[in-house]
Amino acid sequence: MKKFMPLILLIILIIFPLVYQNAYYQHLMILVFIWVAIGSGWNVIAGFTGQVSFGDAAFFGTGAYTAGLLAHHFGISAWWGMAFGGIMAMAVAFPFGWICFRLRGAYFALASLALNEVCRHIATIAEPLTQGMVGILIMPTFVSKIPYYYIALALAVVSLICVQVVMQSKWGYYFLSIREDQDAAESLGIDTHRYKMVSLNIAAFLTGMAGALFMNYMGFIDPEVVFSLHDISIMAILVGIVGGVGTIYGPAVGAFVMVGIHEFFRTGFFGFFKGLAALTGSDVLNIAAKYISHAHVLGFGILVVLVILYLPNGIVGDWNKLIGRFFSIKKKEAAT
Amino acid sequence: MILFEVKNLVKHFGGLAAVDNVSFQVEKGEIFGLIGPNGSGKTTIFNCISSYFPVTSGNISFQGRDITGMKTNKICKIGIGRTFQVVKPLGRLSVLDNVIAAAFSKAQTKHEARDIAMETLEFCGLLHRKDVIARSLPIGERKRLEITRAMATRPELLLLDETAAGLNPTELFGAIKLIKKIRDKGVTIIIVEHIMKVIMTISDRIHAINFGQTIAEGIPEEVSNNRAVIEAYLGEDYAHS
Repeated sequence: MKKFMPLILLIILIIFPLVYQNAYYQHLMILVFIWVAIGSGWNVIAGFTGQVSFGDAAFFGTGAYTAGLLAHHFGISAWWGMAFGGIMAMAVAFPFGWICFRLRGAYFALASLALNEVCRHIATIAEPLTQGMVGILIMPTFVSKIPYYYIALALAVVSLICVQVVMQSKWGYYFLSIREDQDAAESLGIDTHRYKMVSLNIAAFLTGMAGALFMNYMGFIDPEVVFSLHDISIMAILVGIVGGVGTIYGPAVGAFVMVGIHEFFRTGFFGFFKGLAALTGSDVLNIAAKYISHAHVLGFGILVVLVILYLPNGIVGDWNKLIGRFFSIKKKEAAT
Repeated sequence: MILFEVKNLVKHFGGLAAVDNVSFQVEKGEIFGLIGPNGSGKTTIFNCISSYFPVTSGNISFQGRDITGMKTNKICKIGIGRTFQVVKPLGRLSVLDNVIAAAFSKAQTKHEARDIAMETLEFCGLLHRKDVIARSLPIGERKRLEITRAMATRPELLLLDETAAGLNPTELFGAIKLIKKIRDKGVTIIIVEHIMKVIMTISDRIHAINFGQTIAEGIPEEVSNNRAVIEAYLGEDYAHS
């Protein structure tokens, strides 16, 4: 049964937009799929290889800008960005990894944070190329959301399969060895620098593809959106942590939960505060409703604390514990 | 036939000479013991051999080839395996996965790596523990896992760093048996050890160092009767009698 779960879920997801033609939920699901790809990428480098990266937005933005600039400057379909975006993200990852993988642990994380900021500033300053803060606008290919839905779903599935295949191979064993003990890995004949590079490039490729899809789907990007530290880099980490660091399906679950929570805050608890303000006519509540929708980062922070305290291995990693707790509550209820 | 040679090895940490002009040669197929009191530089020599530290000066050669400054992972690939004094299991992986990760250094496919791993686990007597998470092994078996992992890289020369420390008498006996079994397979061994009973029974030759300098070399009986060695271990008073 457990073996067929992903397959059943996939079939449900394929049927979903045909049965339920609500553009809003289709939009949310497209975001979830994009985050599955980004989260899977992050999970390869941080979850499996143990090199925590705070710079995923650098790869995401590079992918998005590659797609956008191809369309903007050369009039090539932005869909080519799906392939080139991944490759360009790898072109950013390669020199970065080459230099910064000499650093370990927190120092590497800080370097990746810097990479994020460097990319954002380059995109802002290089106006002739990127139009700076004006951003890039392209014509969307499709009016309906359904084609995007299936492309995003395909990307998510490809990412998950890709990670699964990699983790079953020699590379997977090497990534895990590096995570567990880098010195021991070296003594076992593993070129740790090289395999960290491999891992980072896989992550960059997946994230870059996701970025290119984001460009195609949203039709508009600017440096603040795609190179955003808290909306992309930190969100990628959250997707990984909430879902389960170092598990294949963790990012999929994490993406679903995080996009949900992000939306929960963006809409002010699904319009709860706005409704309450309208109902009572209170100005205070009205202002609160406005600020709540910007407070998602605060919400993320609280969530991370809770997850680390109660589910240190994420939802997927601690699934049995979660189920056990749920059933023990039910049993208690039944007993009383 | 000389398999391995260290010539005039010097390693300085700042102003401290941790290893000061040490030279020795290891014959193919022998068990070569390296002894010395705490802090005398034994582990530093191992770390220099496997290139965790760059050497200050001197040469290390293996099979007639200069390997000084070669990368750590290359050193494993050319056939020098090692274990760590402070064991470094890949904690959250199973024992089998630990060994498979090591076996990939010689294997091409996963199937092949698994075969090598299973064979090595059986050889080292850890097969019954293959599905246990490495972190939850007791210290004796962790030390054995270190050896198993090093053996799975199919080394010609094995560096054992205090594999007997912290073992109970039964485990100690098992470790000695295993080390002899590895030698009988044709693997040359350099062993660092504190427990004299172990090193004296299994070594063919012993090299003693103190404060980073050679104080004696020879067969176990010679070394254990050497004045400088007794002095280093027991103090000057005992050396006179």
